[in-house]
Amino acid sequence: MSPVQTGAPHAEEAPSPTRSLRWRAIAAPVLRNKSAMVAVGILAVFVFLAIFSPLIVGDDPKAKVGPVFAPPSKEWPLGTDGGGANMLDLLIAGARISLLIGFCAGAISALIGGTIGIVSGFFGGRTDTALMRLTDYFLVIPDVPLIIVIAALFGRSTWNIIVIIGIIYWTFTARLIRAQTKSVRERVYVQRARALGARNSRLILRHVLPQVTPLLIANTVLLIAYAIFAETFISFLGLGDPTAISWGRLIQNAFTDDAIINEAWWAVIPPGVCVMLVVLACTIIGQTMEDALNPRLRTGHLSVRRFRVLRPSERPTLQPQTPPSQPQPQQPS
Amino acid sequence: MSPPLLEVDDLHVWFDLPNGRKLHAVQGVSFAVDAGTRLGMVGESGCGKTTTILALMGLLPPTASVSGRVLLDGVDVLERGEETIAPHRWKDIAMVFQGAMNAFDPVKRIGDQIVEPMELHGHASGAEAASRVSGLLETVGIAPERAKSYPHELSGGMRQRAAIAMALACSPRVLLADEPTTALDVMVQAQVLELLTYLSNELGLALVFVTHDLPIVAQTCTHAAVMYAGRIVEQGPTEALYHETRHPYTRMLWAATPDLDAHEEVLSIPGVPPRLDAELHGCPFAPRCDLAASRCVSERPELRSVGNGHTSACHFSSSVGAAA
Repeated sequence: MSPVQTGAPHAEEAPSPTRSLRWRAIAAPVLRNKSAMVAVGILAVFVFLAIFSPLIVGDDPKAKVGPVFAPPSKEWPLGTDGGGANMLDLLIAGARISLLIGFCAGAISALIGGTIGIVSGFFGGRTDTALMRLTDYFLVIPDVPLIIVIAALFGRSTWNIIVIIGIIYWTFTARLIRAQTKSVRERVYVQRARALGARNSRLILRHVLPQVTPLLIANTVLLIAYAIFAETFISFLGLGDPTAISWGRLIQNAFTDDAIINEAWWAVIPPGVCVMLVVLACTIIGQTMEDALNPRLRTGHLSVRRFRVLRPSERPTLQPQTPPSQPQPQQPS
Repeated sequence: MSPPLLEVDDLHVWFDLPNGRKLHAVQGVSFAVDAGTRLGMVGESGCGKTTTILALMGLLPPTASVSGRVLLDGVDVLERGEETIAPHRWKDIAMVFQGAMNAFDPVKRIGDQIVEPMELHGHASGAEAASRVSGLLETVGIAPERAKSYPHELSGGMRQRAAIAMALACSPRVLLADEPTTALDVMVQAQVLELLTYLSNELGLALVFVTHDLPIVAQTCTHAAVMYAGRIVEQGPTEALYHETRHPYTRMLWAATPDLDAHEEVLSIPGVPPRLDAELHGCPFAPRCDLAASRCVSERPELRSVGNGHTSACHFSSSVGAAA
């Protein structure tokens, strides 16, 4: 029998109710959703390849192993690129940089956006105004020109790209988290804790943070998708680290080596498909979490889905209780 | 003979549980209400009272499945779910929600919020709606100029009465009230109950009143239905249920009610209700019943007539005495 009961949904969290980060609330909707599980599978494969790529492809995936733009064959399943290197090896090596940039930039964005959102929403007033105007400022900066300028100023390295993406994409997170914080801050239990003498730091860490964390995580997964996409176009514009292999760079190489004119579709399409798969996977996972965390979708009359009306013949039959009708021994108090 | 105003026939509600099982929350509830009658539904927490009336409103969450018929003037409004219920919601059947006093939007004026359902259902708009709001507020005993107030400027009792005014916005014929007095003190509670009785008598409203407070039902309702574990176990005119109790659960509920005159001990009912996610054999109340015999464990008692319009689901209904 499952421990999940309708009567006591929070029973498992009972020992430390304030510290529960509600991991179940984050994971459960993903585990229940088939397309989200497929997305998790896709992402897991790419993460595995990214982590173990040096073991899989060796030290130098860029080494010339065959003729230039050799079509896919037994030896090179995805052909070779304009430099005669094995495309499959390049793809696997590229996963490492692309995902590293995606995850790190996503984490930086979530950290900046989360902090600004919580501080802004929790303290309100002038702090809120100042931080939100700052957010508005970042929101209206055209990101591509800024990336070009910063890359030109500070040089083309992987870490520069991570920082650039990180400091550009936090604005939506900040606004979202601020709104959620404002709502949580007004809840009765937060006021109760304040009345009991809890300081701001404790209120934020123990009461507000656990409530906004699921939303923050869902948003971070979406940010990773944005960041990977941003990395791709930055590298494609030739502003990426010249020594690193990323999917965006593979597309750029194919472009500069005239892969299209040589009809070498295998040099262009696979990196694009990889980017698409990872971005799609992150988006599906993030959306699934967000859908589940959005209270509007849980209430009947606000939801798109409706309850079902069953004909008498469709009525479900429940499993019989065993043993039949056991008495609950309990004395009157 | 014309059909009753609202008739519920063999209503079932199931909920999908997160573990893939189903919970049978309402197990074949049937009742009828006519204009001017007040039906009180009593039962302990989780026995399906609120679920029953949410089903009548078509407001169940997407995890629910419903079966049975809800007849309004003899026409099944539950037949195609939302599609057939929506035209009647608020126009014919309105509801005062549990904790309705907290159901107002804090940043909109009370009057504007009462106008909202009128405009939504094309009942009235503009100046006509505004004058209707004044009339409604007066009906529930709130000064009409209070329409300009924000919810936080009203007391709890006033907000509760404003919620009733909102339910009456489109002149419904059936009013469902889910614990309308639960969070109110006794004075305000008495006012709200008086108001509901008045509305039913004067406007001919059919009232379905959900509460866990048996004395309130005795005080205000013409008919009563006692629910236990998703079923109605005893139903009939309030008088009959009080003076000729025919189900041990009802009798024990009465015994658990403090009485000012008699100095008898207030009794509690031992045990807890059964889980509803498995099929039950026998009487669901048997484990807690002092009259339980072997027959009660093996055979489920059906709701049978025990008098004039009075039904009870007990094998031993004839041996259940009056309130202890």
